[in-house]
Amino acid sequence: MAGFILRRLLLLIPILLGVSILMFVIIRMAPGDPAVAYLKLSNIPPTPGAVAEARQTLGLDQPILAQYVSWISSAVRGDFGVSYVTRRPVLDDILYYLPATLQLAGLALLFTLVVSVPLGIWSARYKDRWPDHLVRGFAFLGVSTPNFWLGFLLVLLFSLTLKWLPPMGKGGWQHMILPVLAVSFMSLAINARLLRASMLETASARHVLYARLRGLSDRQVERSHILRNALLPIVTATGMHVGELLGGTLVIESVFGWPGIGRYAVSAIYSRDFPVIQCFTLFLVTIFVICNLVVDIVYAWLDPRIRLNAEAAI
Amino acid sequence: MSVASLDEHAPRRTVWRLPIRDTWAVRIALVIVVLLAIAAIAAPLVAPYDPNAVDLTQRLQGPSLAHWLGTDHLGRDELSRLIYGTRVSLGSVALCIVLIMTLAIVVGGASGYLGGRVDQAVMRFCDIFLAFPTIVLALFLIGILGTGMVNVVIAIALSHFAWYARMVRGLVLSFRQRDFVLASRAAGASRIRIFFEHLFPAIMAQMIVLATLDIGHMMLHVAGLSFLGLGVQPPTAEWGVMINDARQFVWSKPMLILWPGLALLLSVMAFNILGDSVRDRLDPSLHGDHPH
Repeated sequence: MAGFILRRLLLLIPILLGVSILMFVIIRMAPGDPAVAYLKLSNIPPTPGAVAEARQTLGLDQPILAQYVSWISSAVRGDFGVSYVTRRPVLDDILYYLPATLQLAGLALLFTLVVSVPLGIWSARYKDRWPDHLVRGFAFLGVSTPNFWLGFLLVLLFSLTLKWLPPMGKGGWQHMILPVLAVSFMSLAINARLLRASMLETASARHVLYARLRGLSDRQVERSHILRNALLPIVTATGMHVGELLGGTLVIESVFGWPGIGRYAVSAIYSRDFPVIQCFTLFLVTIFVICNLVVDIVYAWLDPRIRLNAEAAI
Repeated sequence: MSVASLDEHAPRRTVWRLPIRDTWAVRIALVIVVLLAIAAIAAPLVAPYDPNAVDLTQRLQGPSLAHWLGTDHLGRDELSRLIYGTRVSLGSVALCIVLIMTLAIVVGGASGYLGGRVDQAVMRFCDIFLAFPTIVLALFLIGILGTGMVNVVIAIALSHFAWYARMVRGLVLSFRQRDFVLASRAAGASRIRIFFEHLFPAIMAQMIVLATLDIGHMMLHVAGLSFLGLGVQPPTAEWGVMINDARQFVWSKPMLILWPGLALLLSVMAFNILGDSVRDRLDPSLHGDHPH
């Protein structure tokens, strides 16, 4: 298992290098000169002389390979340059805003898992009866609802009408309930539906039939023979949900005035603050890739077939 | 056995006869999609007012005979803006899909046909795209390209095409050894002819399944990015922009935020029902295994 984890960790390096190269190439190929963006944000008119000077300060006059090497070697040491707007080191800003976002996304992931699993089990247990219809209807609603709009509906109901919860801002646990609900609704729905389908499929497997023939009770069969196998697709799906939840959080932050990295990134996008956009993307991709690595490890831990195959293949 | 009779087994016409399961939900979904298409195409004929006509004397009116859904904070007719909004939503998603399919056929096809090193390189390239969460890649690309609807379309297309390219590559590889392809080759058909006669219809059928499943999701992305102010620029009527416009009146005029959201919800639902139905019929193997 340790070998498996180590190999998967090493595989992260080429992926992240690839991501950083791709980002770099796209930035340099895109229309719009970073030097002009830099001058605009410094309130300097972009005359040819000023542009040339800015290109030199920003190192844009170097060959692209040299630029990349210099950027990545600073980045590895934690230096992502200075924001064109705030003039502060980008890393400091990112680390300032990121925890609030991760808090929201992490709670949303926890909520998704804790609620979707019982819903999926309930739905499968009462297949084609009213609990199943209820869960499936709920799941269908979930995959179709715009999360930012749901956020406003929740504010309208729970903050403005019932006055139970604060409509926006960050503070105690009361502030987190509505954003977490809005962000996780879709993943929750997908997960519940997936678990239902997976349980029904496993229920028709031969080992389940055998367990029933041995005279085990329905609940015993469900717990030890269906659920364990049926949970594997949920583990895989969790990797995707991390991406969805992170992305959803970035949007939802604007609804609830949540002081996270999403609002910071959107303002950087408006002002075309390239170092910030670059660093923000790299951080979120890294978090996403690491979460998927954890998912793979959990999967291999739960399912020895994967682990042993992977070890045999390498 | 002649080549022609072998060819009859080729999945040639599957594209144009999408078998859709006929239930009441699917029928309602089809009606909604047709209505949306009519609203988008015939917006100037259907909409009662100019969607951008500002009339400050009529601002924030409730529903009335003159304005069925009321007016917004600038006195613009809400219903007309909703109808024009279908243009942006459907149009941008349609463009996304065309772009994704073109990219996927070129990239995935090259990978599958050329094989070897090219294949390896292209697949690693796709892996890099798949390492991004969709919204993060879209935000990055909009940050670099600048805000605006065209860039949103490019961003959404680039953040989805890798899944499609991988699928095209897989199909190309699996078709190479199929009997009817080998027979065509033996009969002297050129590579290009084989591609358009045999591969292209099968690839399109699969891509339409994937795309129908993705339409709803892409509409949500377009609206979300516009809501953040990164997509269409005001005063253009678009559902995400309308939700953002209405947010400051959420307490006094909650209906203003309800309408565009409901329009979005209904459209996404309709496309999701159609997507599920098409998938169930055409491709049972995709069941429950969709990446989004």
